[in-house]
Amino acid sequence: MSLLRKEHSVLPGFGLSLGFTLAYLGLIVLVPLSAAFLKTAGMSWAEFVAAVASPRVMAAYRLSFFASLAAASVNAFFGLIVAWVLVRYAFPGKRILDALVDLPFALPTAVAGIALTAIYAKNGWLGQWLEPHGVKIAFTEIGVFVALTFIGLPFVVRTLQPVLEELQPELEEAAASLGANRWQTISRVLLPELFPALLTGFALSFARALGEYGSVVFISGNMPMRTEIVPLLIITKLEQYDYRGATAIAVVMLTASFGLLLLINLIQKWSRRHHRV
Amino acid sequence: MAVVVTSALAKARPIAGAPLRATQDPRWVRWLLTGIALVFLAFFLLLPLAAVFGEALRRGVGAYFAAVGDVDALASVKLTLIAALISVPANVLFGVAAAWCIAKYSFRGKSLLITLIDLPFAVSPVISGLIYVLVFGAQGWLGPWLIEHDMKIIFAVPGIVLATTFVTFPFVARELIPLMQAQGSEEEYAAITLGANGWQTFWRVTLPNIKWGLLYGVILCNARAMGEFGAVSVVSGHIRGETNTMPLHVEILYNEYNFVGAFAVASLLALLALVTLVLKSIVEWRHAQAHAA
Repeated sequence: MSLLRKEHSVLPGFGLSLGFTLAYLGLIVLVPLSAAFLKTAGMSWAEFVAAVASPRVMAAYRLSFFASLAAASVNAFFGLIVAWVLVRYAFPGKRILDALVDLPFALPTAVAGIALTAIYAKNGWLGQWLEPHGVKIAFTEIGVFVALTFIGLPFVVRTLQPVLEELQPELEEAAASLGANRWQTISRVLLPELFPALLTGFALSFARALGEYGSVVFISGNMPMRTEIVPLLIITKLEQYDYRGATAIAVVMLTASFGLLLLINLIQKWSRRHHRV
Repeated sequence: MAVVVTSALAKARPIAGAPLRATQDPRWVRWLLTGIALVFLAFFLLLPLAAVFGEALRRGVGAYFAAVGDVDALASVKLTLIAALISVPANVLFGVAAAWCIAKYSFRGKSLLITLIDLPFAVSPVISGLIYVLVFGAQGWLGPWLIEHDMKIIFAVPGIVLATTFVTFPFVARELIPLMQAQGSEEEYAAITLGANGWQTFWRVTLPNIKWGLLYGVILCNARAMGEFGAVSVVSGHIRGETNTMPLHVEILYNEYNFVGAFAVASLLALLALVTLVLKSIVEWRHAQAHAA
């Protein structure tokens, strides 16, 4: 109680609710997570480097990083258009489409994975038309990118929508009355207003894609050095009972995602300050 | 009030021949952008959804229902329900307690606590499973002790429940914390002043105020709990009829080239996702109405 000095409040239940919160957080999240770091701390430096920097692991980092980056970029571009259309324009079926944007959150990743494979495989819904023209999607890096685009789709739309809704029309009217044309208004007035939210959505989508597993494993084909993502490599090591190797890679990934989480928090803090001014 | 009027006008349809308002785009831009958005969403949302049901019904309705009614499929449905029925209430209890102490009191380290609650969202599902293997697995911290006492957590139901709880950990707390912070504590102070005790205040004042936010969190939490794949896959052991949840059963059937079976079970999960989206929209709508009133 001395560390967590609270202001005096007449409401009861502070000790009970904080105690339960900390105990539950500790047992479910913090203790198990610390197991990963402690397990790796028991490894020698050379052992750690061998586990996290072998050519096969490096190839997986590269694929995970660039496929996630490409997917988040595509989502940022199309997500901006989708959010703009959903907020600004009226068309039939808009409300249904708006609700459907959350489908990648609600649809289990394994279901998304087999559905995308059924579409893009050689004899699939689209694959049978694409492959004769030399466009291979399933079981290539492009397949990984397609799956990551699917699961990251809602993030940009959902972070942009509330910001777009709150934009004051006066902003655009002022720009127009000062002689800006529509394109100048959008590029010089609206986009800078939207940029922090766009960046947040991009980062969230990127972070989600880095760790994604279920939707990718079916469509990627899982070929070592070519279409093997980092989470899959962890599973492979576990199946070979190489717990240390799996945990070492997990620690690298955890460090990257906590760094991203921190970055996202900083962007949000910055955008809140930006909006208050 | 002035703001309300202008934004209502801004949304009004343009009259043919009338000059465009400053907030409106020319017709061709609107058509182009709407077209791009529709094509993008059709490719990435509607097509996968259609593929699930199309593939499930490829061999006809009879084969579909035979696959859904299969003994192992039903066992996986049961296990998925058990995992959700334990992890969702546990996370509701946590979410309410966390939101209560964070929204109603000020103490040091609060923003760190909020960040820590979000942590599971930043962890890859595969790692969410791995960390429980490191604690409870045969090689793990508690492994020898568990073997000695003839208890099994990894490759058994408790491990599945734990991994599910981890990945759905933040959902309810995340909905409730900002909601309760925005609502403030005036009504609770009034109830206490009028002689209510803590529990009475919570059940009669706080809970009715947060019910839509709570329901929203529960819906999202449940959808993730029933659909989790990566984390559960690491801790389950994939024993047919025993430790297979629905998403894992989909994987097994798919890898055995039993595509109708895989997509039939997948279609149940897709239906669950659609029901989730409908419920979510209804709750959002009710919440907006409650706010407007």
